[in-house]
Amino acid sequence: MSGSAVVSLSNVTKAFGGGVTALQSIDLEVQPGEFVSLIGPSGCGKSTLLRIVGDLVEPTSGDVVVNGKSARQARLDREYGIVFQDSVLYDWRTVSKNIGLPLELLGWDRSKRADRVREMLELVELQGFGDHRPWQLSGGMQQRVSIARALSFSPALLLMDEPFGALDEMTRERLNAEVLRIWARSRSTVLFVTHSIPEAVFLSTRVVVMSRRPGRIAAIVDVDLAQPRGADTREDARFFELVTEVRDRLREGGLDADRTAPGEGELVVGGETP
Amino acid sequence: MTTPGLVEPLPPGFLNRFGRGLRDWVPAVLVFVLGILFWEALVRGLEIQNFLLPAPSDIVETLWVERDQLWTAASITFREALGGWIIGCSLGFLAALVLARWRLLSTALMPYAVAAGAIPIVAFAPITNNWFGVTGLTSKVVIAAVLCFFPVMVNTLKGLTSVPASAIELMHSYAAGEFTILRRVRLPNALPYVFTGLKVGTVLAMIGAIVGDYFGGASGSLGVQIQRWTGIFAFEEAWAGIVVASVIGILFYGSVALAERRVMAWHPSLRGGRPE
Repeated sequence: MSGSAVVSLSNVTKAFGGGVTALQSIDLEVQPGEFVSLIGPSGCGKSTLLRIVGDLVEPTSGDVVVNGKSARQARLDREYGIVFQDSVLYDWRTVSKNIGLPLELLGWDRSKRADRVREMLELVELQGFGDHRPWQLSGGMQQRVSIARALSFSPALLLMDEPFGALDEMTRERLNAEVLRIWARSRSTVLFVTHSIPEAVFLSTRVVVMSRRPGRIAAIVDVDLAQPRGADTREDARFFELVTEVRDRLREGGLDADRTAPGEGELVVGGETP
Repeated sequence: MTTPGLVEPLPPGFLNRFGRGLRDWVPAVLVFVLGILFWEALVRGLEIQNFLLPAPSDIVETLWVERDQLWTAASITFREALGGWIIGCSLGFLAALVLARWRLLSTALMPYAVAAGAIPIVAFAPITNNWFGVTGLTSKVVIAAVLCFFPVMVNTLKGLTSVPASAIELMHSYAAGEFTILRRVRLPNALPYVFTGLKVGTVLAMIGAIVGDYFGGASGSLGVQIQRWTGIFAFEEAWAGIVVASVIGILFYGSVALAERRVMAWHPSLRGGRPE
């Protein structure tokens, strides 16, 4: 394994009580500057995998290295920022203070904090909303605040757990474009969990397709769409090819795991993913 | 985060809307005035005996004539209620902090706390009079404190522990320790619940103090006076005492509700108020 990977997972397995294997033998490396999506049916362990990288869940076995450190040390050193499906903004803090929360915990002084918060508000295009309360913003704006908070302390890695899963399709597409813009500007590395195929293809440099019971990596699809991507990308013939490819890989993974578990390897194309 | 749904003696936001435009108040004031006029007319028209129900005008007159005695009585009983409220609420809050921190303790003790909360504690009033002295304030303070303890503890504990898992995960992602999580997330999250407990506590503290007085209180206290007046058929005076008790109760509750409004200007339930 190369020493420069931002995330390096080798042989990671997670078993919950009751003999349920959530993840089995996961090997994955994420290089600096990559945008990697984890996609799979519910219950494939993609969110658990993200939490293992963030040291919020402990793996049963295997090695997790984040930025050259153990996952625990990486968390203690604040090597990553995280965005959840629910924006997790605190109502008792203004938008600015929510964004500045990690900076407060890092002990930044007030003026340095204010400068950075202003920068972040600009980055997510929410200038003028700093003194608002989170509940005064729309769902899409709340999620942008949550992204600004995750990036405020310039972590090496951004973990995103279905950040736009609760938003309507139009807001979601707009935020997808925004995430790409932010990603290009902040040069961060992103690990992104989703169950939307077009979202995964549009955003990622690589899509990791997972299957369930137990959660495994079924395939990895390289996304060779040109950067920067925009509204045109979604009309591109290559975009549709890649969407189809990811969907096929999902079907293979989803169905053989479901119908012939615990066996694997059979190809059943054309069925419905439950 | 969600607003607590426990005991609310008044409709939510009733006193929170204090002074938010006179128009909201006109219907309520009208009902009050009409109610009093109807009462007055009923008593005068049907010549109702004053031991059954004195006329409002007579009660108001008595309020003025007996103002010194009533003021003394009110101040004694309010001190009992306030002392009990402060002690009971503080202990309830601290107990909730301890129980929230040590879950095992909480699972071991909560069933008893809930059961104890269901006991009609005022039944103990004659006993606490034996324990802490009939004529002193202490026995009444104790009753009021015990009454306040449970709602504050149960509500606070609920507020401290009903934090969404992702809010805690977020703090863990920043390598925050338990104390930081308590200060930055659990306590602010619990605030609306704490205030629900504090407001319920004001009502219970007044009940505790007055019922305590009924079993023999400090001479001149409100409960003792009301009982004495009914004993000597001074019904206008007794009613005046009841009015004073009600007014104290409402002001007590209202000032806590007002404090809540100031402290929690950020809360979505107070959306009408401009955030600071």
